[in-house]
Amino acid sequence: MGSILEAMRGALSLIASGDATLAGIVLLSLKVSLSAVFFATLLALPLGAAIAVTRFPGRRALIVLLNALMGLPPVVVGLVVYLLLSRAGPLGPLGLLFTPPAMVVAQTILILPIIAALCRQAVEDAWIEYEEQLRSLGAEGMRAALTIVWDIRYSLLTAVLAGLGRACAEVGAVIIVGGNIDGVTRVMTTTIALETSKGDLPLALSLGIVLILLVLLLNAGAYFIKEAAQRRYG
Amino acid sequence: MGLRKVLLSFFLLVFLSAAGAQERFITVSSTTSTEQSGLFKHLLPLFTAKTGIQVRVVAVGTGQALDIGRRGDADVVFVHARPLEEKFVAEGHGVQRFEVMYNDFILIGPKSDPAKVAGTRDIVAALQKIKAAQVPFVSRGDKSGTHFAELALWKEAGIDIAKDKGAWYRDTGQGMGPALNSAAGMNAYILSDRGTWLSFKNRADLAIAVEGDRRLFNQYGVMLVNPAKHPQVKKEMGQAFVDWVVSPEGQKAIADFKIGGEQLFFPNARK
Repeated sequence: MGSILEAMRGALSLIASGDATLAGIVLLSLKVSLSAVFFATLLALPLGAAIAVTRFPGRRALIVLLNALMGLPPVVVGLVVYLLLSRAGPLGPLGLLFTPPAMVVAQTILILPIIAALCRQAVEDAWIEYEEQLRSLGAEGMRAALTIVWDIRYSLLTAVLAGLGRACAEVGAVIIVGGNIDGVTRVMTTTIALETSKGDLPLALSLGIVLILLVLLLNAGAYFIKEAAQRRYG
Repeated sequence: MGLRKVLLSFFLLVFLSAAGAQERFITVSSTTSTEQSGLFKHLLPLFTAKTGIQVRVVAVGTGQALDIGRRGDADVVFVHARPLEEKFVAEGHGVQRFEVMYNDFILIGPKSDPAKVAGTRDIVAALQKIKAAQVPFVSRGDKSGTHFAELALWKEAGIDIAKDKGAWYRDTGQGMGPALNSAAGMNAYILSDRGTWLSFKNRADLAIAVEGDRRLFNQYGVMLVNPAKHPQVKKEMGQAFVDWVVSPEGQKAIADFKIGGEQLFFPNARK
């Protein structure tokens, strides 16, 4: 218990010190994870909605697969992206390995199924409720799906936040494709792993608390924006 | 828009944002010992100040560091496992291997010293005693330079560790730091490089048990990844780094690196 209190004090003094290196690491974490959330959301919402409102053979299997992929192990995603982006791999000529964009790619793949699966469920629930109404208005297929997505956008925020949480928290994928290079691809989670390796457990724990505070702040921000928007636009 | 188009534009976007930053840099794959001991933090700014070339270090175990080189994902490899390095060059992945510096391995163990080896110098005898006493021993088990050195020492002690290991031999498959954390938690013996140990903070009840044996010598080597095999290797900048590390200036910078007044690495490049 003492060491946790100690770590909290350490976390506060880390924040108060305004250390430039730490600020850079925090900023990169935000950049990478928010980019991944952006791309994943862009792809996952239409995908989830399409699966929710269309009927085709193998649909159930696809849903099960999508749900299962929510549990993709980060280290496996990291390894696959590593092999794809490596100079010896098919996308090697892009020269992306050990750069922040490689980390964005890995995290996007990691969280896409989370957002898509949660979106699929939410849209399907709403679809059951509104199907008749939408059909009578002449909205079919993808048009109807996107109408629902827009209608339940505030609920879908939680799906996006689940993706964000996963992106901010994972270390397995980014450490492999980013390489944890000082000043280039070092983010919060890889820094924590590194400090743990060095046996500096108090510093590692303090950094962990900083990360948790950061995620808390992001979620609080999202919540208040949602509240404000709901009040304004209904 | 088809899924393929979406994917394509996604990669294009990511690629463009990466291409924006055009810096002069090389990528060096190296070991955790050189990074975590703080050597690179001391060394690299001096090289960058002289040449304007940034050095990006990916610090992993020697086995993985060589593999990164083998795939052409690094420009220079800086590791410590001579037989593996020579194989790397022989396979044509490295241009030429240069010896850079050495430090030594040390046997770390609990202060209570259940195997009664503390203060001795004979590492082979110490390992035999640990095996005889069946006291906990943590192995890296990750194909790192230190892991290979450990395996060679067991062999020299006449112990076939793959066959003779029991519950006392704990193969953790981790880097040096995490393995030391495990050893601290289990109060176990462990072979470590001196650099990582000196900068390691979570020592708990562990201390140096055996040191100073000639067989604990730990040589580091540096190689340019072969541009003939991997055309994207930054040949000039990579070679500049290799040349600088083995130059009198680079060698002096290595000797100057100290933690608590203790020198960690001893330069020994051949003139």
